[in-house]
Amino acid sequence: MSIDLDQFKQIFYEESFEGLDTMETGLLGMTDGGTDLDVVNDIFRAAHSIKGGSATFGFTALASFTHIMEGLLDEMREGKREADADVVNILLESVDEMRSLMSAYQNNEEPDVEHMKGLQKKLEQVCGMESSEGSDKEEAADATEGDQRRLGWNIEFKPHANMLVTGNDPILLLSELEDLGEMSLQAHDNKLPSLTDMDSEHCYLSWSIKLMGTDIEEEQITEIFEWVEDECDLEITGIYPERKRSDRRAGDRRVPGAQEDRRSNDRRKGPRRPGDPKPAAQPTTIRVDTNRIDELIDMVGELVITQSMLGQLGEEFDMSKLVRLREGLEELERNSREIQEAVMRVRMQPISFAFNRFPRMVHDLSQKLSKKIRLELIGEDTEMDKTVMEKINDPLVHLVRNSLDHGLEGPEERLAAGKDDEGYVRLRAFHQGGSIVVEVSDDGRGLDRHKLFNIAVKKGVIKETDTLSDEQVFMLLFAAGFSTAEKLSDISGRGVGLDVVRRNIESLGGNVDVRSVLGEGTTFTIRLPLTLAVLDGQLLQVDGQTYVLPLASIVESLQMRKESVSALAGDTRVYRLRDEYIPIVSLSQLFSTNDGEGNTELHGKLLVIVEWADKRIGLMVDDLLGQQQVVIKSLETNYERVKGLSGATILGDGTVSLILDISGLMDMSSKTLDKLNKSSAALKKIQHTGE
Amino acid sequence: MDGVSSMKEAENQYLTFMLSGEEYGVDILTVQELRGWENTTPIPNTPSFVLGVINLRGVVVPIVDLRDRFGLEAKDHGPTTVVIIVKVHAGDKERVMGIVVDAVSEVYDITPSEMQPPPDMEGAISIDFVTGLATMEDKMVILLDINKLINEGVLKGAREPNKTEAVAEAVAEAV
Repeated sequence: MSIDLDQFKQIFYEESFEGLDTMETGLLGMTDGGTDLDVVNDIFRAAHSIKGGSATFGFTALASFTHIMEGLLDEMREGKREADADVVNILLESVDEMRSLMSAYQNNEEPDVEHMKGLQKKLEQVCGMESSEGSDKEEAADATEGDQRRLGWNIEFKPHANMLVTGNDPILLLSELEDLGEMSLQAHDNKLPSLTDMDSEHCYLSWSIKLMGTDIEEEQITEIFEWVEDECDLEITGIYPERKRSDRRAGDRRVPGAQEDRRSNDRRKGPRRPGDPKPAAQPTTIRVDTNRIDELIDMVGELVITQSMLGQLGEEFDMSKLVRLREGLEELERNSREIQEAVMRVRMQPISFAFNRFPRMVHDLSQKLSKKIRLELIGEDTEMDKTVMEKINDPLVHLVRNSLDHGLEGPEERLAAGKDDEGYVRLRAFHQGGSIVVEVSDDGRGLDRHKLFNIAVKKGVIKETDTLSDEQVFMLLFAAGFSTAEKLSDISGRGVGLDVVRRNIESLGGNVDVRSVLGEGTTFTIRLPLTLAVLDGQLLQVDGQTYVLPLASIVESLQMRKESVSALAGDTRVYRLRDEYIPIVSLSQLFSTNDGEGNTELHGKLLVIVEWADKRIGLMVDDLLGQQQVVIKSLETNYERVKGLSGATILGDGTVSLILDISGLMDMSSKTLDKLNKSSAALKKIQHTGE
Repeated sequence: MDGVSSMKEAENQYLTFMLSGEEYGVDILTVQELRGWENTTPIPNTPSFVLGVINLRGVVVPIVDLRDRFGLEAKDHGPTTVVIIVKVHAGDKERVMGIVVDAVSEVYDITPSEMQPPPDMEGAISIDFVTGLATMEDKMVILLDINKLINEGVLKGAREPNKTEAVAEAVAEAV
């Protein structure tokens, strides 16, 4: 056939990777005990469609491998086999194998067939140990390895009664088989009913086929039966000269051990974690709920109506129609806003896409580390932009690994510390203001402030005489080349990492911080903007320049009153808002846009209180302008990142306006904040005695 | 010049512009377009030669004052001031930037043999950005390596200092 299959391949890859994820999730569910038949069926179906697809596209290695796996699953489905830990583990390994084969095909690389065969043998062994059907499968599979001495094939072909109804004709299949080699066959008519009872749409015959020919591969035969697999019982066995066959089998038996070693080597290097980034050239696609697309189409319809209405109005416009024009423009604004929101929603995906990999990771690592670990996922439905999600993946993996490896203790240590022997890692996602917050927390040993401090002194990052708050000491973790692990492990702790995590997150305009209580646990908090493309902004003016402030970060705006302003040591001032002291940050000072006039009187000036990561500062501005949605343009595209700015946008009049980055501004004014932290206690005291 | 010799001696076309009485040339293939002066939006805490950004059909493009970068006497920007929009390679991506010059002059075909290596120059511009000198119609043209100028002369200073330093700095600041 000359149909170009490439366009379907991409879909196949996507569906198959999804199928693999389903299989993995199902298998992991089984380790928690009990075999749910529905789950086994799900797994089986996923494997089955991967097998079918891969055979269609000529990925024979994958097809034959999946075939064997399917055999094992089939036994489970029929209740012939218990899903014990060994079986589940080997199936999980098989899922990994399939994933790596699939990526190899996807990247047009030669799949590592040798490696696959190692695992295939293991699988066959598991199949073969207990059931005779399994050993048949094993023979069949062994035979696929291209043994030169194979003489041909025995095929038992028993169509189900309803096969004809599905549009498959056994005669065609048989004549196709005949093309492969010398065929002799025997039809079994013992099920044939008497003519009066016969349903002309049922198939009553079955065949025993002997197909001779040394160069026929099993795939060639299975390919013929590809489409009727579910409508018939098929048994394919090789025909060998009896004596030599047993020799060969004995030889094969020795191999699995060796292959296993290699497997574990591969694991250590970890060359193909499921999340390995795909080469950049791969087109990426997104799956969208059709409802969302329908919504979008409806909205576009409305837009077209508004547009033609306005068009008509423009043709024959006079001042009497001004009201209608205004209405039309309002309508247009509403339409475009709705469309924009709907388009953004298309890009939104639940964070479960990112969370899904963790059950597997925790399962594997907890076995490896011999720790008892429970994984808790909260807020999996929280939606976030696809681009943000892709970038947050690696940092999350890193943080979870860190928790598993360093954070959580082994069972003995936990019991000794008076804790439950099972520790937990909790991933929690939620929306807060205009940002997404993802927390990775554990109830492990927590961070040791003194240890961190000493390491930092040793590395020369700080001096021994420095006094730092706990939070500052913990933030040292994110400095480059700063590793606290006493011994390096292959899971984490090579001394690179947390600084990369921080850089990745900051490049998205977010930030990460850490809280910890010694002996009780650690929580890493990642905060990210909801979307990278559009922002609800408040326009404001400082020294003649217009800036955009993310609306969601604004707590309130107020006009300052003299009596609420207090000065701290030096030039730092705070504003007393109800019972809280908020540092006043002057944008014109931070950005050096002031022409030397000096800030004179604060009284009557506008203060915008903004919040980020539970901290608040007050930005002093000259004027508040309107609110509008702005499209975020990166400054990095043509320039570099600028501290305190998260990007730029183009306003309605065509000029460029800069978007303020609250967390960056807070960093810049951290001097102020820090003094405040230190003296806020003192201030409170003064305030109380004063009253 | 006939076609044969140009085949033999891969000649390049250079766009030349005036800056404080001197004529400079850049490879014309890096030039995207020429624009008149328009007001920029200044970016805070950047070197003084970065005048700010403009909106170039929806793209935010930084504008660099070449006089300032080369340490020449400042001149007010007016309607005759020209902005050359160049496209340069920085690492693995392309950047679009505008450079402000006094006026655009000519387009010359210059073959490598007509180019002389830059002498040890005192003063005006860093020799690093000069690929060579050429004499055209009895005038000297200074040929600039625009990629290098933008990458090393403009962007380098704008980059964030390395992370360890930054943290050390932050901590030092905090105490």
